[in-house]
Amino acid sequence: MRRALLIAVPYVWLLALFLVPFFIVLKISLSDSVLAIPPYAPKLDLSQGWAGIREFFAALDLENFVWLTEDALYWKAYLSSVKIALISTILTLIVGYPIAYGMARAPVEWRPTLMMLVILPFWTSFLIRVYAWMGILSNEGFLNQFLLWTGIIAEPLTILNTQKAVYIGIVYTYLPFMILPIYSALERMDESLIEAAEDLGCSRVQAFWLVTIPLSRPGIIAGCFLVMIPVIGEFVIPSLLGGSGTLMIGKVLWEEFFANRDWPVASAVAVVLLLILVIPIVLFQRNQQKQTEAEQ
Amino acid sequence: MHLFPDSRTGAVLNSDVFAPWDDPQAKPLIQFQNVTKRFGDFTAIDTLSLDIFEREFFALLGPSGCGKTTMMRMLAGFETPTEGHILLGGQDIDPIPPNKRAVNMMFQSYALFPHLSIWENIAFGLRRDKMPKPDLEARVEEMLRLTRLEQFARRKPHQISGGQRQRVALARSLAKAPKLLLLDEPLGALDKKLRQDTQFELMDIQEKTGTTFVIVTHDQEEAMTVASRVAVMDQGKLMQVATPDKIYETPNSVYVADFIGDVNIIQGRATANGGETFQIDWAEGQAPLTATSASGISTGQTCHLAIRPEKVAISAERPADAINAVQGKVLDIAYLGNLSTYHVELPNGTIIKAQTANTRRISRRSFTWEDPVWLSWTATAAVLLAD
Repeated sequence: MRRALLIAVPYVWLLALFLVPFFIVLKISLSDSVLAIPPYAPKLDLSQGWAGIREFFAALDLENFVWLTEDALYWKAYLSSVKIALISTILTLIVGYPIAYGMARAPVEWRPTLMMLVILPFWTSFLIRVYAWMGILSNEGFLNQFLLWTGIIAEPLTILNTQKAVYIGIVYTYLPFMILPIYSALERMDESLIEAAEDLGCSRVQAFWLVTIPLSRPGIIAGCFLVMIPVIGEFVIPSLLGGSGTLMIGKVLWEEFFANRDWPVASAVAVVLLLILVIPIVLFQRNQQKQTEAEQ
Repeated sequence: MHLFPDSRTGAVLNSDVFAPWDDPQAKPLIQFQNVTKRFGDFTAIDTLSLDIFEREFFALLGPSGCGKTTMMRMLAGFETPTEGHILLGGQDIDPIPPNKRAVNMMFQSYALFPHLSIWENIAFGLRRDKMPKPDLEARVEEMLRLTRLEQFARRKPHQISGGQRQRVALARSLAKAPKLLLLDEPLGALDKKLRQDTQFELMDIQEKTGTTFVIVTHDQEEAMTVASRVAVMDQGKLMQVATPDKIYETPNSVYVADFIGDVNIIQGRATANGGETFQIDWAEGQAPLTATSASGISTGQTCHLAIRPEKVAISAERPADAINAVQGKVLDIAYLGNLSTYHVELPNGTIIKAQTANTRRISRRSFTWEDPVWLSWTATAAVLLAD
C-alpha cells in the first residue's frame, strides 16, 4: 500500500502537470478559431449529457494541422529553429568543453570557486541579462565602442538584430548547461588513464582523443541535449536580440497566440513542436539510462 | 632466488644461478647514476645509484613516502631526474617522453580504459605502433592465453572481478613486449589469498616472457616472494640492495633488520674476542652475549645485535651447551596458528621475542603466561651491526 502510494506520487505529478495540460492544448488545436472568450469553439457542454459530448467530438478536426502544412512560414520556422538549435549547440560545445576541461584539471581547492563562477549568472534575472546583451551588442554599444577605440574597426559592426546576436545570446545563456555535465564526467576521470595511454604509446593529443573524449562522451551528449531541446522552442532570445529577420518557432507561436489571437493554430504549432522535441528527449533519456547502467 | 634452465643462462658464466649482479662483466639494463629528484624543497630521491640487470625481478621496498614510486615514475618517464641520469641499455633516457620508451607500466589502479573491451584494452598499445592486423590479433590472443583471460575478451572492465582486472592490466602492459615492465603495487587491491596465488603467477609469467620486472611494494613478504633482488629504501636513499635471503639473514643496518620481518634488537658494547667472535656487554648484571661478525668492529664500539625470533630457542631449563642464554618470564603469547611468538620479559625489563612452530596441539603447549623460561641462541644466530 505504502509502496503503491510512493509510486503514485510521480505519476500523479506527470498526469497533473504534463498529460492534462497536453490534452487541453491538443483539444484546442483541433478546435476552430472564433471571436469570443475563450477564442475557440466548440466548448464541452456536459449539461446536455451524452449528446453534448458527441456533438463536441464531431466538431473537432485536423484543419489547423493541414493549415500548418499549407503556409510555408511554419515549416520554414521549424526548420530554422532546428538549424539555429543545432549550430548554437555546436558553438556552445566548442566554447564549453575547454572551460569544463580547465575546471576539471584545476587544483582541487579552486574547483568550488570555478563552479560558483559558472553558476553565478543564474542569480540575476534572465531577462535582465538578455537586455544587457542588447546594450553590449548594439551599434553604439560597449563592444562597438571598445573596438572603435582600439582601432580594430573603423565602422561600427551590426550585430544586434541579426542571427549573430541570437547565437551569442544562446551560447551565453546555455553555457552552464553544457559545462556542468561535461565537467562532472571529466572530474570523475582517473588521471592515471591518461598516463596509461601515454605509457602505451600515445602522444598527449592522441591520449586526449582516444581516452578523454570517449570518457567524457556521456557528459557531451547530456550537455548537447540540455542545450538543444530548450533552444528549439526558445522565444525570448530571438525576439529580443534577433530582430524581425530571425525566424524561430517560439516567436511564431507567440505571435499566433498574442498578436493573432488564433489559439487553435498556436496550439497546433505547440503540438508539432512537442512531437519534434520528443525525438531528442527520448535519445537523451536513453543516453542517461546507458550511463547509469555502465556505472553499476 | 630464481633458477633458470641452462639454455637461458647465457649471460651468467659458469653458474646455474641467476646472479648477474655478482658478475663484473654483466652489463646492467638500467643504471641510475647519482639521481636526485626534488619536488620544491622536498627531496624525494637523494643522489642514488643503482644497477638493475636484464631478466631480473627487482623489488623496490619501503614505507610510503620513501621515494620508491618516484623511482618508478622516473623509469616510466612521468618524472625526470633533477640531477643525474638514468640509462636504459646504455642510453640516457631522460629526454625521451613516456610514449617513446620501451618501458611499460602496470598501474596501481590498473588504469584500464573503461570504454574499451578487455580485448581492445590489450590491443591499445599495439594499435599505437600500427602493428599489422594479423600480427596484432595473434599477439592479443597470446596475451589472453598467457593471463588465462580468453573467455573474458569481449567484456568491459567493469564486468570482471578485481583479480581478472589485475591480469588484464598485466596483459596490456606486456603486450608491447617491453624491455622493462614496471609494476606499481600490483597486488595491493587483491585480498590476501588471491595475492599469494597471483605472486606465483607473476613469477611464472616473468620467467616465461623473460622480461625485466621492477616492482614497487610496501609489502615485505611480497617483495621477498617474487623478487630476485630487493632494494630497501628509506627517505630517498637505498638502505640495502641484495637477494631476499641476504636481506633477511644479513641486514646491513638496524633499519633494514627492523623493516624486514620480526627482529629483536639488543644494544651493547662490543669486545673483540679473537677471530670474528665478539663479546657484547648489553646490560648490568647480565652475562655478555657472543656473536660473530665478518665486518670489522673495534673494541668498545657501540653496536646492535639483531636476532630473528625464530632463531631463539625457548626451554624450561638452561640448555647445557648454549652459548647465549638468558632467563625471563613469559609476558605474552601471540598465537598465529602454525607458529607461536612468545614475548619474554627479562629481569631488567627487556622484552625478547622467541618463535616456535606449533608442532603439538595447543592444549599440550609447554609454556604459558608468567612461566619462567630460558631463551638461547647460537653465536651465529645474531647479526652484529655497527652503530
